Amino acid sequence: MSQDNSNLTVQDKVVASLKRRRRQEKLFRTLGLGSVILSLALVAILFINIFSKGVPAFWQTSMTVEVYFDPDVIRISEKPEQQPNETFEDFDERLLDWETQLGFVNFNRILSDSITPLLSDFERSQTRYVTQLVTSGERHALRDMVMEDPSIVGETRSLTLLTSADVDVWLKGNIDRSLPDDQLQLPAVVREWADELHANGHIQNRFSTALFMNPDSRSSLASAGLAGAFVGSFYMLLIVIFLAIPMGVAAAIYLEEFAPKNKLTDIIEVNINNLAAVPSIIFGLLGAAVFINWFKLPMSAPVVGGLVLSLMTLPTVIIATRATLRAIPPSIRAAALGLGASKTQTVFHHVLPLAIPGILTGSILGVAQALGETAPLLLIGMKSFVASIPQSPMDQATALPVQIYLWQGNELRNFFEARTSAAIIVLLMLMISLNSLAIWLRRKLEVRW
Amino acid sequence: MQNSQSSPDIASQQTAITARNVEVFYGDTQAIKGIDLDVRNNEVLSFIGPSGCGKSTFLRCLNRMNDTIDSCRVTGSIELDGQDIYHSSVDEVLLRAKVGMVFQKPNPFPKSIYDNIAYGPKLHGLVERKPELDEIVESSLRRAGLWEEVKDRLNEPGTGLSGGQQQRLCIARTIAVSPEVILMDEPCSALDPIATGIIEELIHDLKEKFTIVIVTHNMQQAARVSDRTAFFHLGEVVEVSETDDLFTNPKHKRTEDYITGRYG
Amino acid sequence: MSNLTVIAVLLILMGLAYQLGTAKSSKQASRAARDKTTPSMHSRPHHHGALVAFWTVAPALLLVLLWSWFSPWMINQMLISQLPEPMASFSGSELEAVLRRVHNVAGNFVAAGVLADWEMQAAQYYQEMRALSQAIMVAAVSATAAAGLFLSYRQVNPQLRARNAMERVIKAVLIASSTVAILTTIGIVLSMVGETLRFFQFVSPMDFFFGTTWNPRFSTVGGGDQGEFGLLPLLVGTLLVASVALLVAIPLGLLTAIYLAEYAPSRLRSIAKPVIEILAGIPTIVYGFFALVTVGPFLASLGASVGLDIRATSALTAGVVMGIMIIPFISSLSDDILTQVPKALRDGSLGLGATKSETIRKVVLPAALPGISGAVLLAASRAVGETMIVVLAAGNSPVLTANPFEAVSTMTVTIVNQLTGDNDFSSPQSLVAFALGLTLFAITLVLNIIALLIVRKFREQYD
Repeated sequence: MSQDNSNLTVQDKVVASLKRRRRQEKLFRTLGLGSVILSLALVAILFINIFSKGVPAFWQTSMTVEVYFDPDVIRISEKPEQQPNETFEDFDERLLDWETQLGFVNFNRILSDSITPLLSDFERSQTRYVTQLVTSGERHALRDMVMEDPSIVGETRSLTLLTSADVDVWLKGNIDRSLPDDQLQLPAVVREWADELHANGHIQNRFSTALFMNPDSRSSLASAGLAGAFVGSFYMLLIVIFLAIPMGVAAAIYLEEFAPKNKLTDIIEVNINNLAAVPSIIFGLLGAAVFINWFKLPMSAPVVGGLVLSLMTLPTVIIATRATLRAIPPSIRAAALGLGASKTQTVFHHVLPLAIPGILTGSILGVAQALGETAPLLLIGMKSFVASIPQSPMDQATALPVQIYLWQGNELRNFFEARTSAAIIVLLMLMISLNSLAIWLRRKLEVRW
Repeated sequence: MQNSQSSPDIASQQTAITARNVEVFYGDTQAIKGIDLDVRNNEVLSFIGPSGCGKSTFLRCLNRMNDTIDSCRVTGSIELDGQDIYHSSVDEVLLRAKVGMVFQKPNPFPKSIYDNIAYGPKLHGLVERKPELDEIVESSLRRAGLWEEVKDRLNEPGTGLSGGQQQRLCIARTIAVSPEVILMDEPCSALDPIATGIIEELIHDLKEKFTIVIVTHNMQQAARVSDRTAFFHLGEVVEVSETDDLFTNPKHKRTEDYITGRYG
Repeated sequence: MSNLTVIAVLLILMGLAYQLGTAKSSKQASRAARDKTTPSMHSRPHHHGALVAFWTVAPALLLVLLWSWFSPWMINQMLISQLPEPMASFSGSELEAVLRRVHNVAGNFVAAGVLADWEMQAAQYYQEMRALSQAIMVAAVSATAAAGLFLSYRQVNPQLRARNAMERVIKAVLIASSTVAILTTIGIVLSMVGETLRFFQFVSPMDFFFGTTWNPRFSTVGGGDQGEFGLLPLLVGTLLVASVALLVAIPLGLLTAIYLAEYAPSRLRSIAKPVIEILAGIPTIVYGFFALVTVGPFLASLGASVGLDIRATSALTAGVVMGIMIIPFISSLSDDILTQVPKALRDGSLGLGATKSETIRKVVLPAALPGISGAVLLAASRAVGETMIVVLAAGNSPVLTANPFEAVSTMTVTIVNQLTGDNDFSSPQSLVAFALGLTLFAITLVLNIIALLIVRKFREQYD
C-alpha cells in the first residue's frame, strides 16, 4: 500500500503530468475550433465561388440599334383578317399562308442593314459577319414583332438587341485574349466591331431580363432563360404542396394520436424513417417503373415529377409533424377529453391548431428539399432540352435544378459557366427564402411549453 | 498545513479548508451571501438546510466544479493548505485531484468496474505499471467496502451494479486518486435505507484518512455521520457547531425552527 | 364534360348537401328543444351536414375515379375487337402503335402518312365510344350523387350518431394516408424486384454480382452480344467515393460537433450551427457544379504541384465535395447525441480532476459512441446513394480501380446513364438500372435500419 506516504507524491505526479495534459487539451480544443472554422470557411468558399461566377451573368451585353423595317426586304402582303362570310378553317389557311410568307423574309438583312451604319470600318464583303454580333433569337423577335403588328413595316424602331453569346464572352473578358486567333470563338473583324461598339456605348452591359423571361434555347444561346424551368418547378411544387403535405399531416396525426402502439406501428415507424433516408434516385426508378411504364403517364412531365417528389417529401412531412405533435403536452389532450370532447374533436380542435407552426415549418423545409432535387427527375425523362414554357403539368418541362444540370453540360463553357452559376444563385435564393420563411414562422408562431 | 490559520475556537485542530466571505452569483442572482467557514482536517462536516439554501452550490465551490457552469461567478477566498484555490495560478485539475467529489446520483462511467477505478490514477499518471494499478484498484475497492462483492467481476460494466454499489464504486473511484478532502453531495438521496446505512458506515471509516464534507437533506443522517454540522439558510451559514450541540442546543431561532420541523 | 368539370360540380354539390343536412337537423334540434317529447339530438347539426355531404359526394367521386381508370382500357378493348385483320391480332408494341395512330386521328392530331379507310372508321368509332362513355359516366355519377343525397338526407334524425359516423370517416382517411408511406416502400421493392427479375433473364445473377467488367454496349440492332454487366467496378467506385467522403466528413463533422457542444460559447454556437447546417440544404446539383468547375481543377493542380497525377474528375474530387455535403449530417446528429450524454458523467470525470478534453475523449465519446456510429452509418448511406455530385465530378469511367485519383463510376451514375428515358424497358441495357437500384436500395436499407435502431436504443438508454 503506497497510499500512506503518497500525499506528496500524488501531488508531484499530478503536477508532473499537468504540462503534457494542458498541451493535449489545447491541441484538442484547437482541432475542434479549426474544424468549425474550416466548415464555416467551406460554406463561405462555396458561396463566394458561385456568386463571383454567377453574379456577372445577371448582366448581359446588348446593343441599342435603330432598326429600320425596310419594306424592300420585308415583302409581304397584308395580314389577313377574318371575313364575315368566311369559315374559320378558310381563314386559318390564309393566315398560315401569310405566316409562311413572313417566314421567308430575310431578317438577317434587316439586322445587318441597321447595324452597319454604326460601324466605322466596314466593307461590303463583311456583311455576313455583322449578324454574328447579335444572337440569332433576335431575328425571330423581329419577325414576331412584324407578325404581331404588320404596320411596323416601313418604320424605324429603337431596339435593344442581345448580343451573341460569343460577343458577351469576349466583351466580359471571359476568354483569354492572348489565345491564338482560331480559338477566340469569333472572327477578328467581329471582335474589333464588338470592341468598337462597346467603346462608343452602342453595346452596353444591361440587366438580363432574358435570363428570367425566356425559356431555354439551343440555337440562340444568349437568350436561353429559366422561364420554362420556373414554370416546371412551380407545377411540381404545387403538386407536392397539395399532395404530400395533407397526406403527410394526416398520416402523422393517425400514427401519433390514434394508432395503437404495437409491432405494426413500430414497423411503420421504422419504414418511414428509412424512407426518409432512401436515396432520391430510387424514387426516380419508382417513378419510371410505376408512373411511366405502368400508368403510361407522359415522360418528363411535371405531373410525374410532382408525384415522385411528393412521395419523396412525404416522410419528411410525416416526421416533422409527428415531432411537433409529440411536443404538445398531454395535459391539453386531457383537458379537452375531460370536457367530453371525442378523440377526433380533441385532435382537430385543440392539438392540431397548436401544432400548425411546427407543421408549417416542416412542410416548407420539405418543399425546399423537393425544389432542389435533381436525380429522380432525370430518370423520368427530364433530361431532354425543352424550348417552350409548359402550358400544363402534362407538357414536357424541365425544372430549375435540371436546367442547371443541362446548362453545365453546354459546350460553350465560358458562357454557360457563368449562366449556370446565375441559375444556381436563383435556385439558392429561392431555397434561402423558403428556409428563412420557415425560420421566421417558427420564431413568430413558436409556443414554448 | 505549513500555514495554520486557525480561529480561536478551533485552535486544537488544523484546518483543511478556510473559506472567507464567499459569494456566488448565477448571472444576476446571488446564491451565496458572504460565507465564512472552516473545514478541519479529518473531520466529517455536514451541511444541512432547506432545499435551495445554497449548500450544494457552496460545496461545489470547494473544488471549483462551479467552473463548468458558464453563468456562475465566485468571489471571496477559499484556501486549501493556505493556497487560494481561485487564484489564477491554481490548476483546477490538481485541485480536483486533491479535493474529490461524490455526486447525488451514482454516476459510474459506462466502462468496466476496473476501468472506473483505474480512470483517475491513469489520468494523473499515478502509476507506471499494471501491478501497481491493480493494487490501487483493489485497495480502493476494499476501502469502499466493495471488494468482496465485485472482485470476481471486475471486467463487467459498472452500470450493472445496484444503486448502492454504484455509489460505493463512485466513492472508490474518488479514493483511488488519494484526495485530501472528499466532497459528497447528498450521496444517499437516490438510495434505499439499507444502502444508505452501508454508505454511512463507510463515511465513518473513511474519516480516518480523509476530510469529508457532506451535504444532506436528512437531519438524522447529519446527526449520525458528522462531527460538526453547518446549517445553511437563504445563502448564508446561520450556525456551525459540534453536531450534538447543534441538534440539542441550537443557538439561533432559525436553526431551531428548522430542526424541529417548522419548515424545510 | 371533362372529369375536372364533373369533380367541380360534385364539390359544389357537396357544399349544397352540407347546407341541406345542417338545415334539416337544426330544425329537428330546435323542435327537440321546444317540446320535450321528441328525443334530443345525439350529434350537432354540422355533423349531420358533413355526413350528408360525405354520402353525396364520396361514392360519386369514387365512381369518377374508377371510371376514368377503366374506361380507356375498355374502350380500347372494344376498339381492338372492331379492327380489321391483321391489325386485330397484333399484340405488344405493334398494337400500341396502331392504337396510338387511331387515338391521334380521333384527337385531330397530326398522324404521319396517308390515313387508311379503316383507320378513319376506327377513329370515328373511338370518338363515339368515348362520347358514349362520358355520357354514361355523367349519368351514373349524377344518379349516385342524387341517391346518396336522398338516402342520407332521409336518414337525418335525432338518434343518428352522425358525429361518430363522421369520425369513422375521418379516421379512415387518416389511415389511408398513413398507408401511402408503406405502399411507397412496397412499390419500390415490387417494381424493382420485378424489373430485376426480367433483367436476370438476360444476364445471370452470377455475372451481374461478380462480374468485373462493365461494358453494356448500347446496341441498336438486337444481337446475341449484349455486353457485360459486371457490378463490381461500380460497387468499388461507389465505395471508393463514399470512403473518401467519410474520411473528410467524419473528422470534420465530429470535431465540429464536439467543439460546438462542449467548448463553444453559446453565441458562437447559435451562429455556427445554423450556418453549417446550410450545407445540408444546398441542392446536390450545386455541389456537383462546384466540384466540377472549382474543386476538381484545384485538386488536379494541387496534385500536379506535388507530383501526383490527379484527374480533375475523379473519385477524390467527388468524394471530397460529398464529404463537405455530409459534414452537417454528422455534426448535427452527433451534436444531438453528445448533448444527450448526461451531465452527471462529465461531472464525475471532471470531479476526479480530468481535463475537459480527457473527459470528452475518455468518458463522453465512449458513452456516445453507439449514437455517433449510427450517425456515421446514416451519413454513409447518404454518401452511397448520392447521385448528382458523382454524375458531374467522378469522371464516369467504370473501370475496376482502388486509386482515388482516377476517374470512376458509381451505381447511381450508371442508373442515370442506363435509363436513357426512351421508355423502352425491354432491353438489358435499361433493365440493369433496376438491378442496380435494387442493390443500392438493399445496401442503404441495411445501413439505415442498423443506424436507426442503434440511435433509437441510444436515446432510450439516456431518456
